[in-house]
Amino acid sequence: MTDHAFKNGAVRWIDSRLPVFSILYHSTSGYPTPKNLNYWWNFGSLALFMLVVMVLTGIFLAMNYTPESTMAFNSVERIMRDVDYGWLLRYMHANGASFFFFVVYVHIFRGLYYGSYKAPRELLWWLGLIIYILMMATAFMGYVLPWGQMSFWGATVITNLFSAIPWVGNAITTWLWGGFAVGNPTLNRFFSLHYLLPFVIFAVVGLHLWALHTSKSSNPLGIDPKGPQDTIPFHPYYTVKDLFGVGILVCVYAFFVFFAPNFFGEPDNYIPANPLVTPNHIVPEWYLVAFYAMLRSIPNKLAGVLVLAAALLILFLVPFLDTSRVRSGKFRPVYKQFFFLFLIDFGVLIYVGMQEVSDTMVVIGRVATAYYFLFFLVIMPLLGWFEKTKPLPISISAPVLKPENAQVKKQEKA
Amino acid sequence: MAETSATAPGMHPVDSSRRDFLIFAASGAAVVGAALAAWPFIDSMEPSADTLALSSIEVDIKAIVDGQRVTVAWRGKPVFIDHRTKDEIDAARKVDVAELRDPQKDEDRVKKPEWLIMVGICTHLGCVPLGQKPGDPKGEFAGWFCPCHGSQYDTSGRIRKGPAPRNLEVPLYTFLTDTSVKIG
Repeated sequence: MTDHAFKNGAVRWIDSRLPVFSILYHSTSGYPTPKNLNYWWNFGSLALFMLVVMVLTGIFLAMNYTPESTMAFNSVERIMRDVDYGWLLRYMHANGASFFFFVVYVHIFRGLYYGSYKAPRELLWWLGLIIYILMMATAFMGYVLPWGQMSFWGATVITNLFSAIPWVGNAITTWLWGGFAVGNPTLNRFFSLHYLLPFVIFAVVGLHLWALHTSKSSNPLGIDPKGPQDTIPFHPYYTVKDLFGVGILVCVYAFFVFFAPNFFGEPDNYIPANPLVTPNHIVPEWYLVAFYAMLRSIPNKLAGVLVLAAALLILFLVPFLDTSRVRSGKFRPVYKQFFFLFLIDFGVLIYVGMQEVSDTMVVIGRVATAYYFLFFLVIMPLLGWFEKTKPLPISISAPVLKPENAQVKKQEKA
Repeated sequence: MAETSATAPGMHPVDSSRRDFLIFAASGAAVVGAALAAWPFIDSMEPSADTLALSSIEVDIKAIVDGQRVTVAWRGKPVFIDHRTKDEIDAARKVDVAELRDPQKDEDRVKKPEWLIMVGICTHLGCVPLGQKPGDPKGEFAGWFCPCHGSQYDTSGRIRKGPAPRNLEVPLYTFLTDTSVKIG
């Protein structure tokens, strides 16, 4: 890391003792970013924005929430009715979870399309997946806190996944619950962990950014910048572009918070938890439902749970499963088609997971699950060998510059 | 490093196997110590003494008429008490046990044929199966139907169809009198 000469003496004094300004500089104005990033590259910063929104609203909600099984439901209703702007904080938090997952899904699918997981960015990809899994755990435990019917039964079904483990399964669920069923001890520990995990996510986001700033941003062409002519400083160029993205996101987010605050929610969760009655139709939040659909489509309990776990773990192997030397889907005509099919497949899984169990849905669910694994285990490795990729441009600048301009550029360089 | 210090003037030659032993012994002790220190934290998540204390309930079954199914709460879980009809008992006993996923004779699941007592939790993922109320769907085997993932149980609470691996669990219970049963 080369030292940047700061003009301000006080800044220099501090920086020589604790290089916060250097770090700030190297990750903003001093961070060379490919100049061809498209809008799909906005979603990383949008995810960070949503994380901050979730932590902020969460901290203030916790000031009025009671994690006790006889009081939790009423304390949430009190937040909604009696606490000043309590409704706003809660609706921001509840809808914020959906938006956080939405931007993270776009971010992940962008990575899959543009091959952002390929060398030297494997660690970057894995850290992102760890964040994703931590988010799922956090979201699941947060959903339990209002202690409505869906909270209770969602917690029951998901914790029971562990009971599929041979021999020790039931001991593990009892330990997770702190009792013989989901109950007050479960609610207490979920609250504790729901408060803790976002800060763990923050830490992993720090590592994710650290890895990013070491291997540098990928770009839509998937070729490395050849020099300063291919990059622009992150600040102000991408900070302003990211802020524009935040503006758009906030508009859509605010629409749901103010005009359709319960769009993503389940009406059953406004019924207080009842351990003796299961709602007729238990459905997880949309952002977890694709994996739930896979679980439901497998007729054997242990196999279903293993498939669910494998669906997540397989993402960690993507850097090795993809054997193609070309990063970007832009130059991979066949991969591109399978990728969009995969995107549709994931949508189908979400749809199937939300429907009630029926023979047709089970069949569709099985086909969609099969393609999910086929895409990673068969198509990705084989395409690397058989696909005829399009020629890559010689540099990031080359495709946008006319030949004569490119010539000028070369003379400048020389 | 080890080599350098070993040859430094004025120092004894280092016995590296002895040093390795010390390092392994010390790190081994540290790992065991860390595991021991972690145990109280892990164990604190187990059911506490007061939770364990709520282990049994007594239910008066006098008012449960022939063919009626009643749900009671035990350890935070629903327990199904089914006052079975003659037909239901016959249906349960007619089944060829060898064909079942979790083979169990009806006789082994009840103390008195007309009283079927089970934990009302689907052995798949813990939902409460339907079939306790008169209008509920009871599945193809006239027992219980789990709405979550479609498991179906017969009139003995045995798994017949769907993803659940085992029959509905029979808790420990004793008949205190003809009209009173102690569960747990």
